[in-house]
Amino acid sequence: MLKDITLGQYFPGNTVAHRLDPRTKIILVVLYIVALFVAEWFVTYAIMAAALVACVSVSKVPPKSLVRGLKPVLFIIAFTALLNLFYTPGQVIWSWWVLKITVEGIETAFFMVLRISMLIMGTFLLTYTTSPITLTDGLESLLGPLKKIRVPVHELSMMMSIALRFIPTLIEETDKIMSAQKARGADFETGNIFQRAKAMIPLLVPLFISAFRRADELAVAMECRCYHGGEGRTKLKVLRYAGIDVTALILGAAVLAGVAVLAHYGL
Amino acid sequence: MEAIIHVENLTHTYGEGTPFERSAVEGVSFDIFAGEFLGVIGHTGSGKSTLIQHLNGLLKPTGGKILFHGRDIWADPQKIREVRFRVGLVFQYPEYQLFEETARRDIAFGPKNMGLGEAEIAERVEEAAAFAGLAPELLDRSPFELSGGQKRRVAIAGVIAMRPEVLILDEPSAGLDPAGRSSLLRNIRAYHAATGSTVVLVSHSMDEIAENVQRIMVLAHAGVVMSGTPHEVFSRAAELEAVGLSVPQVTKVAMELNRRGVDVDPAVYTVSDLRDALLARKGGRAAC
Repeated sequence: MLKDITLGQYFPGNTVAHRLDPRTKIILVVLYIVALFVAEWFVTYAIMAAALVACVSVSKVPPKSLVRGLKPVLFIIAFTALLNLFYTPGQVIWSWWVLKITVEGIETAFFMVLRISMLIMGTFLLTYTTSPITLTDGLESLLGPLKKIRVPVHELSMMMSIALRFIPTLIEETDKIMSAQKARGADFETGNIFQRAKAMIPLLVPLFISAFRRADELAVAMECRCYHGGEGRTKLKVLRYAGIDVTALILGAAVLAGVAVLAHYGL
Repeated sequence: MEAIIHVENLTHTYGEGTPFERSAVEGVSFDIFAGEFLGVIGHTGSGKSTLIQHLNGLLKPTGGKILFHGRDIWADPQKIREVRFRVGLVFQYPEYQLFEETARRDIAFGPKNMGLGEAEIAERVEEAAAFAGLAPELLDRSPFELSGGQKRRVAIAGVIAMRPEVLILDEPSAGLDPAGRSSLLRNIRAYHAATGSTVVLVSHSMDEIAENVQRIMVLAHAGVVMSGTPHEVFSRAAELEAVGLSVPQVTKVAMELNRRGVDVDPAVYTVSDLRDALLARKGGRAAC
């Protein structure tokens, strides 16, 4: 059950999508998100969908797992769709009590659902094709200029990579503690909300203790290897842009520009 | 002897239908008899942990069934909790599951879930603590102040307090020092003798298994490859080595002596037995 969580899951591979510099991929995702919000009407959305499909097929990530990533946000998508459907003013085609459906509402709801799902699938593609470590490396390098204004970029990215690294470990740990407490008759599945919250104590206390213990051990291990923050630290794998990154960035910029121009004409 | 647990053709496949599909247990059948002290041995990845989590219904088999007192434990999934009270399972490194403010309250967690009365719970906690070798004055301390070995004993007492008919311990002595190890196993043997309940000891240490159990079951390649008394199992040293296990140290000594022409039983498996055998050869005179 817990193992189904796909947050930040990485599908190893050796496709173009995997080989791109993480900074390129992050910039491309930002461009993609901007383009999604610029997109207006069928033509521009079709271009965005085509771009997404192209990226997915290049990456060889099974489309099924991308769709599965939508599951946790299904509620938010449905909620936004309903709000847009009933509360967009315009030409009324159906009404009952306080509820009105307008032509504009249907359109907005449709595009909203499309926009959110494509947004999520696009960002998921980034985490599916980039290992957490490379991803934080890329982020650190991209945010590097902020060091000038004393933003602790290195510390933040270190925290992020440690957090990502420990998600699977903690999930495994949770599974184990849950089984152990179930073996003593703990019941996590039935009862009202208060009973269920109370049933969590035997799970959460050991989990917190072990998380602190792990943090402690990790800190000692890092200190043993003379970790002292980002200052003067060199990398084993230095990020370098290659020709393919330039091509990808130009393509991405072209798609954004194209979408922006077409959207300007309301397409 | 009557079989208290009967496992029939048990199969467990993780991630069925995905590319990560992997069988941890495949078509395993065996019996656990009422009142016996059974040792389950197998090296890492042989499916030990997966197998024992089926015996109390923590995992649901993907094939085959488990009968407890002749009844399929999954016949009524609503009543699976009942099975967990009657087949007690102590996990590996159980001290990581402690959560209460005092050791006493932690041990009481199981009995409380069973819905027992205050007096009954108090009695069971005292009894279980004694079986687990826990001094009474430790019961009112926070479990987090105790030493590693004491924590482990609290966790084991937490399962014993449910008075299970079958007690399964997964590597109970892992990570303890030699003194703590032998003292804990002595407690477990005493528990078995005093209550007459069934005990299953899971381990990868041949010496530990040899010194404690009445019957051994050897797991390898997701199935049971051997089962019998320690003497029977250890006389098949070559087969054990073929599945990545070995015989106890003492047996190795006896085998080597035997090979060099000393007439001792090569399948002897405790130090005292080998000593007696060697002394008997000298005509029963205690040499030292």
